[in-house]
Amino acid sequence: MPNPLQIIGRIFLSAFAEIGKLSKFAGTSLSHIARPPIYWRLVAKQMWLIGYNSLPVVGMTALFTGAALAQQIYVGGSRFNAESVVPGVVVIAIVRELGPVLGGLMVAGRVSSAMAAELGTMRVTEQIDALTTLSTDPYKYLIVPRIIASVLTLPLLVIVANLIGVLGGYVLATERLGLNAGIYLQITVDFIEQADVVSSLIKAAFFGFMIALMGSYHGFNSRGGAQGVGKATTNAVVSAFIMILLTNLIITVVVFGGRG
Amino acid sequence: MANPMISLQNVCKSFGPKHILKGINLSVDKGQSLVIIGGSGTGKSVTLKCILGLLTPDSGSIFVNGQDVTKISANGRKKILSKFGMLFQGGALFDSIPVWENVAFGLIQGKGLNKKDAQEIALEKLRRVGLARDVGFLSPSELSGGMQKRVGLARAIASEPEIIFFDEPTTGLDPIMADVINDLIVECVKDLGATTLTITHDMASARKIADRMAMLYQGKIIWEGAKTDIDHSGNDHVDQFIHGRAEGPIQMEILKT
Repeated sequence: MPNPLQIIGRIFLSAFAEIGKLSKFAGTSLSHIARPPIYWRLVAKQMWLIGYNSLPVVGMTALFTGAALAQQIYVGGSRFNAESVVPGVVVIAIVRELGPVLGGLMVAGRVSSAMAAELGTMRVTEQIDALTTLSTDPYKYLIVPRIIASVLTLPLLVIVANLIGVLGGYVLATERLGLNAGIYLQITVDFIEQADVVSSLIKAAFFGFMIALMGSYHGFNSRGGAQGVGKATTNAVVSAFIMILLTNLIITVVVFGGRG
Repeated sequence: MANPMISLQNVCKSFGPKHILKGINLSVDKGQSLVIIGGSGTGKSVTLKCILGLLTPDSGSIFVNGQDVTKISANGRKKILSKFGMLFQGGALFDSIPVWENVAFGLIQGKGLNKKDAQEIALEKLRRVGLARDVGFLSPSELSGGMQKRVGLARAIASEPEIIFFDEPTTGLDPIMADVINDLIVECVKDLGATTLTITHDMASARKIADRMAMLYQGKIIWEGAKTDIDHSGNDHVDQFIHGRAEGPIQMEILKT
């Protein structure tokens, strides 16, 4: 019978090995970002793939969530005659948390998986080795454009998500719940602070980094044919989700934790 | 023999407990064509990847043009790699770009040539391997296996490398297409005067391409000699391999039931 301490030790060792490998991968990628040349044409292509193609799914997510949120706050608020909190809570919840987090998760589902699948297939069909033999650094050609594009694109997508999320709440509150449109907008504008928007965009940029990093890392290191690529894809999405939620918690605590 | 183009000295490589290369000694002279034969899983691909720096050997030295590539800076490696061309087993064409851009890839990315000139060279190289101009504007996924191999060959020779590696150049092709590829390899190499290293288990291909042959077995070179000597090597392992016999000193790891 195996020693339970041995098993625990092995789990910890392999976890640390994985963290080490991931850190080394991230470090190498970042060091290449600092050193030109950067293939801006590929960055633009990735921004298009990540950004424009994610608009429908991010928009719908924000719209439905914003509307549902308005309904819930209304129901909750009406218990103590506080229906007027709807616009304030909606805008704070959307901009601070739901816009970036839900937007990030949706993009991660789309993009991390696609990156892992593409790079994984390139790995198992030796295309990544072929790049090296053609005097092209795979990090520069494949990883760096994805990371830059994702970090630049996510804040743009989150701006859209925030606007549409607030719009969703507004439409539901004014059309269905009968709140006054002018007052709703006024309260929304009064409630939102610069820190909310800035933290929202910072979160988005970090999420963008995590999405590209996880997709690239798992794809780049995939092994063993179709099954390996499938595993890399799953791991990319799951780890991107976890990293987004963890990063979100950390940023939220750092930015808003000091307030009473 | 004084200054071989490629020379491996006592190269070892393991993956965990599996010892793949157990001290490879090998050298290829300038302009020579060496074919490494050997069964699947004997470490042929690992040998190539060690020379290219895609894998780092655990011990031993690898000299390319007199320079030890196991102890070289990233920049130095890039310089060395620009001397190499490689034809991959599965072609390894980039499926996100058209055929001509695949062929021109090393010229555009590696040597910084402008797209228009690179395209002309690429189309010329495609013609060289018997592919029409319009093939250049297709996507690699639209090509048959034989055509992909030829595009891979065109890509390998496009930047006129001094050293070319062929990884199983005829695997997965019908015998006629295999021979077409063999002829193209011989011609292209003769044109360029390149040093080549080929790994294969296709003896017909090996006989056609090689000046010298070496046999890899269980992580070691067990025989090396001129092409003409392979039929009277006096080595039982080599005899068994070149005649493709199941019976002999090489025992396949198959569970007999």
